[in-house]
Amino acid sequence: MNSRIAFVASNTFREAVRDRVLYNLIAFALLISAAAILVGEISIGIERLVVVNLGLTAVSLFGVVIAIFIGIGLVSKEIEKKTLYTVLSRPVRRWEFVVGKFFGLTGTLIVNTFFMAIGVFLALLYVAHRLEKSDLSVLVALYFIVLEFLIICALALLFSSFSTPLMSAVFTFALFVIGSLAEDLRGFARITAGLPGVIATVLAYLVPNFSSLNVINQAAHGDTIPGRLILYNTLYALLYSAMVISGAVLIFQRRNLK
Amino acid sequence: MNFSRRVSAVASVVLLASIGCYVITLQAIDRLRTQPEVQQGLYIRSAKLLRRLSLGYTGLLADVYWTRAVQYFGYQHHRNSDDFRLLAPLLRITAELDPHLIPPYQFGANFLAQKPPNGAGMPDEALALMKYGIEHNPGNWRLYYNLGFLYFTEFKDYGKAADAFAAGSKLPVTNAFMPVLAARMAQHAGEFDTSRMLWYTTYQSTNDGAIRDNAVKHLVALRVDEDITHLEEVVQKYREQMKCLPESMADLERAGLTHGTPTDPNGKPYRLTSDGRIEVQNPKTIPYITKGLPSGDDSKVNIVSSAATP
Repeated sequence: MNSRIAFVASNTFREAVRDRVLYNLIAFALLISAAAILVGEISIGIERLVVVNLGLTAVSLFGVVIAIFIGIGLVSKEIEKKTLYTVLSRPVRRWEFVVGKFFGLTGTLIVNTFFMAIGVFLALLYVAHRLEKSDLSVLVALYFIVLEFLIICALALLFSSFSTPLMSAVFTFALFVIGSLAEDLRGFARITAGLPGVIATVLAYLVPNFSSLNVINQAAHGDTIPGRLILYNTLYALLYSAMVISGAVLIFQRRNLK
Repeated sequence: MNFSRRVSAVASVVLLASIGCYVITLQAIDRLRTQPEVQQGLYIRSAKLLRRLSLGYTGLLADVYWTRAVQYFGYQHHRNSDDFRLLAPLLRITAELDPHLIPPYQFGANFLAQKPPNGAGMPDEALALMKYGIEHNPGNWRLYYNLGFLYFTEFKDYGKAADAFAAGSKLPVTNAFMPVLAARMAQHAGEFDTSRMLWYTTYQSTNDGAIRDNAVKHLVALRVDEDITHLEEVVQKYREQMKCLPESMADLERAGLTHGTPTDPNGKPYRLTSDGRIEVQNPKTIPYITKGLPSGDDSKVNIVSSAATP
């Protein structure tokens, strides 16, 4: 990685840590511990299932919230504080700034997810007393959640590059909701003919497909996740993020910062 | 003490005092009001809509609905209510949100079909749930077992029960009782033995405490029904030999037809009535029995059961 991108990324990570983003881990730890202890009391026969479902859902939602709320301020905050001018007056190009911010935020989320994953596995160990081979699918689900974060970080950064923080949050959250219903949108596009069908198809391909990245339920049942899905989802998330970050760079390159 | 520290000290005292006082006040309010009813509404009955609202986190939502179904059933049962109308939609929604979640199907086969107050009295809904379960989990022998169980216990359809057990017995992973049950169903053989085998299989094939408890109670009730059937046969035998009815259990023992005083599973001796019937002393302590109830109470079997079931 270009040293200037690494510099922006490491600063973004440090800033997120300074903003006490990792404090969410405390809330997560409390949630997962309570779930592990209480689940046997309130549910019958599905202790492991509840811990996996609750743990992975919390990892995903905590991460999405962090990605949105940090991501939307990445550019606008720098402009507001006028620190962007200092950074850009050094030999840091605009595209390097955007890409560095993206890596910094995704790095923060990966570290966050790593600690949460430890929490999920500890809770799993507590309720099931041992880990099994089928628990590997939980790791795959966590990997898909990280891929989901890549896309959301990229989207938040894209909106942050031209919009206000509030509007960026609204746009990113809206795309998260629509993306979670992507399969329905595809289904609708398939059964719709004519111009509406074309529009629906274009939209279905344009919005991020988060439904294929959500394998929490399969992981909870210990189902094997096909290797091909892992490969395709990886490619999809990388390509989609690259597309969105390119868009953010293009917008930011042309943005009048005066 | 400087001003800032004084403010902190006062604020801390006010904070602690407020917490203590508001908890006491809340308890006083609770004592004034009648206990609020548990939320009995089911505002969204469409699993499709719930699936969309969950943004893909259907697994967690299914767990929530499953827990709700168990708590709803437990709550209604605890207050001896006959109204279990939400049990079927709660189990259906759970199954549609996560079709691979097996416990709701087993719970449904046991408690959705049984007549109130021990169940919801909805055998058709139970049957639909089992068929949905098999459709989505065709390799799970327990679901075929539950289907056969339903056909046998609720519909008395031996042919369909035999088909269900036979289908389950052909799966790669199955239970040793399945082919035996299929054969028994096909022959309509030994109702007591078949029922015992069914409830025993139910007991050993689940970790659900409520289902196990229910199976144990049925096994106990079967023993009582069988004891009473046997004792009434013995009374008939005595009558044929002595040309009169026995006056007490001791008469049966003196005639060499019984050994000792026969007792129910609670250790209470069975009672011989003047018309030659055998009764249990305290039917409320043995739910689900169909025989040995006080004269004229045969139709009240479920009421008797409900009073005894925690």
